[in-house]
Amino acid sequence: MRWWEALPWLAGIAAYFLFPNYLAFGTQVLITILFALSLDLVLGYAGILTLGHAAFFGAGAYTVGMLALHWGWNEPLSGLLAAAIVAGAIGLASGLVLLRTHGLTLLMLTLCTMALLEEGANMASAYTGGFDGMPGLKYAPLLGLFPFDLLYFRSQYVYALALLFACFVVVRVLVHSHFGLSLTGIRENVIRMHAVGAPVRARLVTVYSVSAALAGVAGALFAQSNAYVNLSVLSLERAAGVLIVLILGGYGRLYGAFVGAVAYMVLEHALAKAYPTGWQLGVGLALMVVALYARNGMLGLADALRRRLRGGRGR
Amino acid sequence: MNAPRSMRAALVAGLTLCAFAAGAPAQTVKIGVVLPYTGVGAEFAQQVDRGIQIFMKLNPDAFGPYKVEIVKRDSKNPGGAEAKTAVQELIAQDKVDIVTGFIYSPDAIASAPLVTEAKRPMVIMNAGTAWITNLSPMISRVSFSMWHAGFAMGEAAARIVKAKTAVVGYTDYPPGKDSLDAFKRGFEAAGGKVIDEIPMGGPAKVPDFTPFFQRAKDKKPDVFFVFVPAGDHALSVVKTYAALGMRQAGIKLIGPGDITQDTKLQAMGDDAVGLITVHHYNADLDNPANQRLVAAWRKEYGADSTPDFMGVQGYDGMAAIAHAVVTLRGKIDADKAMEALRGWKFNSPRGPIMIDPATRDVVMNEYLSELVKKDGRLVQKNMGVIQAVKDMCKELKEGRCK
Amino acid sequence: MDLTSILLGGLAAGMVLFIVSVGLSVTMGLMGFVNLAHGAFAMLGGYAIVLSMSGWGLPFPLALAFGFAAVGALSVVLERLLYARLYRASELDQVLFTIGLVLVTIAAVTLTVGPETQTLVLPEWLRGQTDLGVVRYRTYSLMLIAVGAALMVGLWLGFERTRLGAQIRAAVDNRRMAESLGVNVRRLFTVTFALGSGLAAVGGGLGAEILGLDPQYPLRYLAYFLIVVAVGGLGRVSGVFLAALLIGLLDFVLKIQFPKGGTLFIYALTLALLLWRPHGLFGRRSG
Repeated sequence: MRWWEALPWLAGIAAYFLFPNYLAFGTQVLITILFALSLDLVLGYAGILTLGHAAFFGAGAYTVGMLALHWGWNEPLSGLLAAAIVAGAIGLASGLVLLRTHGLTLLMLTLCTMALLEEGANMASAYTGGFDGMPGLKYAPLLGLFPFDLLYFRSQYVYALALLFACFVVVRVLVHSHFGLSLTGIRENVIRMHAVGAPVRARLVTVYSVSAALAGVAGALFAQSNAYVNLSVLSLERAAGVLIVLILGGYGRLYGAFVGAVAYMVLEHALAKAYPTGWQLGVGLALMVVALYARNGMLGLADALRRRLRGGRGR
Repeated sequence: MNAPRSMRAALVAGLTLCAFAAGAPAQTVKIGVVLPYTGVGAEFAQQVDRGIQIFMKLNPDAFGPYKVEIVKRDSKNPGGAEAKTAVQELIAQDKVDIVTGFIYSPDAIASAPLVTEAKRPMVIMNAGTAWITNLSPMISRVSFSMWHAGFAMGEAAARIVKAKTAVVGYTDYPPGKDSLDAFKRGFEAAGGKVIDEIPMGGPAKVPDFTPFFQRAKDKKPDVFFVFVPAGDHALSVVKTYAALGMRQAGIKLIGPGDITQDTKLQAMGDDAVGLITVHHYNADLDNPANQRLVAAWRKEYGADSTPDFMGVQGYDGMAAIAHAVVTLRGKIDADKAMEALRGWKFNSPRGPIMIDPATRDVVMNEYLSELVKKDGRLVQKNMGVIQAVKDMCKELKEGRCK
Repeated sequence: MDLTSILLGGLAAGMVLFIVSVGLSVTMGLMGFVNLAHGAFAMLGGYAIVLSMSGWGLPFPLALAFGFAAVGALSVVLERLLYARLYRASELDQVLFTIGLVLVTIAAVTLTVGPETQTLVLPEWLRGQTDLGVVRYRTYSLMLIAVGAALMVGLWLGFERTRLGAQIRAAVDNRRMAESLGVNVRRLFTVTFALGSGLAAVGGGLGAEILGLDPQYPLRYLAYFLIVVAVGGLGRVSGVFLAALLIGLLDFVLKIQFPKGGTLFIYALTLALLLWRPHGLFGRRSG
């Protein structure tokens, strides 16, 4: 544990006091960080390129939404658990089938799986609300004590921050474990891993399922804090968005999710306020510049700068 | 005698002071506008935005002595969450008094609990899902519900066009299904029969309508009622109808005015002649308010530009807000504002409109029109007017409108 | 509906997919570059074609040529200045870059031309229907089929019979080997990229009636183009051709028979096809 690893959490807590009017936005950022973190597990550590991760996000969101709307089950924490299980199950099922392939094929297969779920949700619009979504979801107070704050998002923010911390701990432990190291091995040199007898496919499917469960938790959080779900939770925009956020921040580094989400969303938010019609230009340019000059997103850029400042001590 | 003169002086001074106080403006009224300035709804946002601007331009005194500040926020793609965040920030940070805009129903639906909680009036300038106004006592709508045109079209198809059978083609998402239900209710109540219902893909892409239209053609109905979202879909509908020779086969194409949106009209060409639509607005409406609007619009945005139903909705929305501001003397109390809006009447470019005190939804005329060619341009010819149409979904308490 | 009409309708839709996607397949197969901005070139081409017709009064065929040339030239500039820097970068950086480029293009078009859809005004001889003896069908669709088929033949001949074609095929199969045999791969990249983007431009213009044309175009159809390329196999023109036709046809037929199913079938079908043949219907592992 390095000292600076406490910084993001201190910043998160500070934000609660410094920006009391921005907590709704802050909650969205925290949710995106969690989502991007789940993606980093498969992309950054296992090397699986996917454009369909919103499938799990959406599965979690809809689980929580439908439980609340149709069965009156609105206890938030158990809802999270249910979402994780459902999303994880879908991850397991799809992982078993899809992870035989790789590259562009795998990319397209993940896209297709997600699109199938989206179409399915649209067709089942009697249950899911389709395009119009499920309005007015009501959730019981957290731990029976803290009601969801619709206007200022105070309780949602703290909820999201606590949840992110818990999930982050899980991910960090996973990544530094024997399991996590073997993932890096698979990413770097699959053939050698096969040769040393590592159960490559089993590892990949496992990490894919875990990642799916985490993405499901992020989706559930989204549904609960916004009290609303619609088809956009399963959309290509969402999947591409989280991918961009992760690449921008830097993948395979855990904190890339943090950096990328904050940077992208703050930039987009600020530009959209100033130029409601033309902000995409600024954001697009920023992405292009980072892609051209950084070797692994913003954290990669920071690394390069640090190395140069140290005068290149033959690292 | 000095006393009367000094008394007169005091009186004058006193009256002057009173006049001053009465004329002193209250603090600025802030209006938050949430529209999809980027993303798939950008062109609709542009129309509503223009409607707002033209209203301010043509009616500089509409707000009386009260200053108005408009704060714009992009709701990006129609997922609800972005709009909700925008509304939350408008209320919490920018401290707006009134929220308006909302092209897409999900955006309005997601924001409803927020405006209830924060007690801010929300004036909807487009979002057409019928039961939205039931979601919050703070919501009023000046635009339309899918049922306004759909139900009226059903009745008109049976009574005026004298159709006995109809096939309905609709884009497979809630406004499309709403439209289907509305038309079916109206048509079958007037003695017609819907013989096939064809979902035609989702709203996100413009599918090739040929297979769906071919299926409709094979059923040989008297009329083919089509609902697609305003925009590119409508163009494709008209072209496919012509390309398959459906008019020659004796099948009339009818639909709500979304399929003949004025901004897309001229591009449809001769294929669109004979199209029958029902809508609350088209740019060819012959009333003084509309003539003024169209002239001002062309002057401001170019001779080829035209207002359409979204532009008028933006215009009327501002009129409603102006009414509330003036009635409340610039101090916006949410409940009083809703009171002021209930029963509000206005001579809009689309004819007389009113906000129904019971449902807070708009009551307006629906115009039955046929597209004809005049002086080389496509023009909507008035075939009939159905006066003071209410949202029949809430009237009849159908489905989710209870 | 009779079989011939169904066939023609599906073929026309497939042809549009083919014309736009073939460039993507070749550049991805040849350069190994994930160009998610391919749809942006198609859109820019569509705009160039439509606006040159309405603004300068260019006749349709000339407008198509203009679109091809203009977008081709633009793509050369972008390739030399920007894309080339990312050839050695990871696929993810390429994704980041091209998505950024797409956003910039969308914003630029929205700010300069406006967010409205552009309509392609077909010349007189392309409107209405044509009598083929055995069936009457929409002239525009027939034109699409003709152009697509001609393109397929032209590309096939180009790849099989010209030196450039041979060089491209060689470089797709085994770049290092091609380089060591003296092929100027860098120049090949530029030429291929220009050709691919130019074709996309033409496809964007031609297909404007079916796919529409507005600033959101590049993102809306990205998934479809990628599916066609993946199913067809990278760098295989014949593969892309057949994949595009297959997807176009099946999409069309299924919509008639099962309109409720929507786009579900396309994705399910792609899933099945890619699981059966991971390298695409005709793909081979590249060297």
